Amino acid sequence: MKKYTFTEKKDTRSGFGAGLAELGKTNPNVVALCADLIGSLKMDAFKKDYPERFFQVGIAEANMIGLAAGMTIGGKIPFTGTFANFSTGRVYDQIRQSVAYSDKNVKICASHAGLTLGEDGATHQILEDIGLMKMLPGMTVINPCDFNQTKAATIAIADHHGPVYLRFGRPTVPNFTPADQKFEIGKALMLNEGTDVTIFATGHLVWPAIEAGEMLAEMGINAEIINIHTIKPLDDEAILASVAKTGCVVSCEEHNRLGGLGDSIAQLLVKNKPVPMEYIAVNDSFGESGTPDQLMTKYGLDKNNIVEAAKKAISRK
Amino acid sequence: MPTTEKLKKVALQVRRDIVRMVHAVNSGHPGGSLGCTDYLVALYFEVMNHNPEFNMDAIGEDVFFLSNGHISPVFYSVLARSGYFPVKELSTFRKLNSRLQGHPTTHEGLPGIRMASGSLGQGLSVALGAAQTKKLNGDKSLVFCLHGDGELQEGQIWEAAMYAAHNKVDNLIATIDVNGQQIDGSTDQVLSLGSLRAKWEAFGWEVIDMDGNKMDEVLKTLNYAKTQTGKGKPVVILMKTEMGFGVDFMMGSHKWHGVAPNDEQLAQALAQLEEPIGYNYCGDY
Repeated sequence: MKKYTFTEKKDTRSGFGAGLAELGKTNPNVVALCADLIGSLKMDAFKKDYPERFFQVGIAEANMIGLAAGMTIGGKIPFTGTFANFSTGRVYDQIRQSVAYSDKNVKICASHAGLTLGEDGATHQILEDIGLMKMLPGMTVINPCDFNQTKAATIAIADHHGPVYLRFGRPTVPNFTPADQKFEIGKALMLNEGTDVTIFATGHLVWPAIEAGEMLAEMGINAEIINIHTIKPLDDEAILASVAKTGCVVSCEEHNRLGGLGDSIAQLLVKNKPVPMEYIAVNDSFGESGTPDQLMTKYGLDKNNIVEAAKKAISRK
Repeated sequence: MPTTEKLKKVALQVRRDIVRMVHAVNSGHPGGSLGCTDYLVALYFEVMNHNPEFNMDAIGEDVFFLSNGHISPVFYSVLARSGYFPVKELSTFRKLNSRLQGHPTTHEGLPGIRMASGSLGQGLSVALGAAQTKKLNGDKSLVFCLHGDGELQEGQIWEAAMYAAHNKVDNLIATIDVNGQQIDGSTDQVLSLGSLRAKWEAFGWEVIDMDGNKMDEVLKTLNYAKTQTGKGKPVVILMKTEMGFGVDFMMGSHKWHGVAPNDEQLAQALAQLEEPIGYNYCGDY
């Protein structure tokens, strides 16, 4: 098992803030909008340095999405910022009609996704956002795994013409991807080559997948681990190549089992190469209050669950 | 010929297009389309500085957004008659493989459309965004948008209204089609709007009244509204119209909101809308 180390834990939302600040400097067409959550989204630096390109819209997310769509007319590249729940479910029809169907170059940037929002509880812990966004024709859906990757993804999506959903979160997590790693939309990243099982992980589940790989190695199981940072478009080629080698799959995501990464992978496999597959995901329920670690354990999303799922997938081969 | 007379002839032709388009597919929304014809004709044939060589970014051009997308027949007719696409394409309205979808969309690449609309309440936000980009670009041209009065029941409109005044978006002229009708009945019966003037004024807008079915007044008021831009406040025109204007049996009721005339009714309507033959931009497709 390839060894991964990190020097510090950082939040992915700060990676977004850093990427946005960088874009302020390098791309004069980038504008940013926020619905009364500047601090939470780490948009302070952009706001301070580029006040004429920053728009505080207040607690009015529907208006924010429409404004962003309109701002593209004349060449701006709007980045909207609010919590994942208010970035998707609350404004689904605005995104559907004014952004996706209208082919607008809007970047919907969503923090506090999933259970790891923690103590605020289920009203804010959206677990359906990946599904909502990936169903929209033309929408790109990205869920990076750490600070460095979120920063790189933020910068990369400014150069991609078309609507993008960028999902990140609140807790600090190991920052292990190289700071200079280029972000390629739609390109899965091989983290460990293996032969017995493939673990496909996205977002905050990538680090636990690495930890699970280490535990499996100690048991003599050689797991292939792949970071699927882009859920749509899915890297079909990388997934099928890996499964051809390992013959079974575990998908890992901080999302409802219905409609997320696992379902996208399952659809691909059913059509091309059906193999045993286990889901690490929330089992069609809402979340609740608690610390992020407590919640990830209670809802079956920690490294031990991944190890068990991998063993089960292998046993079904 | 004086400008108003020319515009009236174009409006007559547009009204003929509307009833013929909805009749041909036995679907669509003639009532609001007929009511807003004079406004849209004045905008596209006189008031706006725009280029039918369509460019999405509209740099240096005035732009218009239709928020109440169901009145697509009048929008399509006016776009075609002002040169955005061939007039004969109006015959494809609402048919399979047409660029003229039931509600306007950018998706089929129809020149003149910059935003999909139909799901109500979204157009004011979009228009404000476009207006703010114009300001960022140092572009002095204006943004126009049209909304139904029933559409004001959508909450997003008021989010946008609050935002516009707070941010002094004064390069935008919104118009509300105050015809007092919506699908299920009059606005008073369904969900009364109260005083629209008081509401928009309370939200910090400059409010102008207009009779939307008198061409000379429409022209005069739109030109006046332009003089009210650039003064630190967004501008809204409360445009009183008659749904179905120009066709007597379609007027004064919500019944023709989304119903097409049959053959007999079409003939009756066209008899009331004399074809302005021989005039520029006119002649049935």
